[in-house]
Amino acid sequence: MLDSNKIRADFPILSRKVNGKPLVYFDNAATSQTPQQVIDVIVDYYSNYNANIHRGVHTLSQEATDKYENARNTIQTHFNAKHAYEIILTSGTTESINLVAHGFASILDKGDEIIVSALEHHSNIVPWQILCEKTGAILKVIPMNLEGELEMDSYSELLSDKTKLVFVNHISNALGTINPIESIIEQAHKVGAAVLIDGAQACPHVKPDVQALDVDFYVTSAHKVCGPTGIGMLYGKEEWLTKLPPYQGGGEMIDEVSFEKTTYAGLPHKFEAGTPNICGGIAFGAALDYMNAIGFDTIAEYENELLAYGTKRLLEIEGLKIYGTSKNKTSVISFNLKGIHPYDVGTLLDKMGIAVRTGHHCAQPIMTFYNIPGTVRASFAFYNTKEEIDALVEGVKKSKMMLS
Amino acid sequence: MQSIQEIQAEIIEEFAMFEDWEERYQYMIDLGKDLPLIETQFKTDDNIIKGCQSKVWVHAELNDDKIAFTADSDAIITKGIIAILIRTFSNQHPKAILEANTVFIDDIGLKEHLSPTRANGLVSMIKQLKMYAIAYQTQLK
Ligand SMILES: Cc1ncc(COP(=O)(O)O)c(C=O)c1O
Repeated sequence: MLDSNKIRADFPILSRKVNGKPLVYFDNAATSQTPQQVIDVIVDYYSNYNANIHRGVHTLSQEATDKYENARNTIQTHFNAKHAYEIILTSGTTESINLVAHGFASILDKGDEIIVSALEHHSNIVPWQILCEKTGAILKVIPMNLEGELEMDSYSELLSDKTKLVFVNHISNALGTINPIESIIEQAHKVGAAVLIDGAQACPHVKPDVQALDVDFYVTSAHKVCGPTGIGMLYGKEEWLTKLPPYQGGGEMIDEVSFEKTTYAGLPHKFEAGTPNICGGIAFGAALDYMNAIGFDTIAEYENELLAYGTKRLLEIEGLKIYGTSKNKTSVISFNLKGIHPYDVGTLLDKMGIAVRTGHHCAQPIMTFYNIPGTVRASFAFYNTKEEIDALVEGVKKSKMMLS
Repeated sequence: MQSIQEIQAEIIEEFAMFEDWEERYQYMIDLGKDLPLIETQFKTDDNIIKGCQSKVWVHAELNDDKIAFTADSDAIITKGIIAILIRTFSNQHPKAILEANTVFIDDIGLKEHLSPTRANGLVSMIKQLKMYAIAYQTQLK
């Protein structure tokens, strides 16, 4: 059982006020809040051992390098990667995706196919469009149904020996749908295609096992799992990471340099050019430690309870429609009030101290599918409470009254 | 004719009557609802200002030496602020429009809506109003 009072005490930001009201933070799908345990790690880094890594003989550099590489080990263990060097630390999901897309430019031929899903975040669509323009490959899209689920029959039909890469998010950021990635990966492998899974929305809720999934690439951002912004990771199977060319040139990623020829460093350094976000990497590890100490089963159970409660309470409001009604979804509720623009609802809720996201959530194709300008999205984390959901429901009722 | 400054002072006075944010917002929402802001024929893609979250349409016409603005939005609070802006800027000389500012929005407690990072199209709308003023001023000369 999760003790929410005890957990809330870990997050200093949760006790602040916004517009004179106690903050109700329901924008967790955009970014999660940071517990004191992680803040302390950040302060400790800059207070005690800030130094550049991998190149110093002095003590501080050695300490920083050890902690940074320890964080990589923590991440490896968390995702159950076979080797620590299969974990590439990047600036986040977006960079990880671009790194893979860039690498595939040298692998794809004209007429090859890439499959993405209709549920993707913009950052998932654009790099593939660029890649297709560069290589002459063709982008195919797995359609979705009204519940916000992928049409798996269509997926099977799209797959062929032309398919080289499949790209799907583990969980949709706009709707919260959990996609059947096990089946997506298995079917892709049958035709010899690689699979990249965007886990940005999944990692706050589940603990993916990359070996059990047999996934080729898995990417995520630390700021969705109680860590800082600007750091994230790319997991890639060794054979793939060896095959892909480097993404950026610079320090750290080289073995020997002369003007005639440069040989690249081995994994993971080949993909980690320049001085990395050292403090961020260490804090990423600390954030995973924090969440693991609570336990992902405990987190999921509690969040499911919040989701069921929130769904039931919000649906009591007449004229409220929820988008994304799959049985397999995480604690994200995307909704609209009939005839009312989501921006208006979000603006009034903010006045009441309630932080939600409004708009298209970087997933315009989904909004086009439902023919709406956007939604109001309330996303719950393990540090939220039913009382906060009650405040949201009252807030939405009041907004509806003021706006209609 | 009232000057822009006079109109803005009048609006500040009106808003001073409100006790809290709810009354202020309710007033803006009502302004947004009441005003027929733009004729459908002008609600075209050419006249749209994309604000990412809420859209804004602006149309301008020169009547004698004054500019008449009409505008609209798909979000009602944005529309309420548009109503206030139109009230201050419309039927004024281009020169007066170019010289005017929008600091009065701070005084009536709506500052956050004109933040350049707010995705509602209002900042671009004001820019657009000034662009029209520049264009018509050149035309008048
Ligand atoms: C599904 C999904 N993919 C990618 C991203 C982009 O992540 P980042 O901005 O951390 O690179 C997000 C974050 O909003 C997301 O939800």
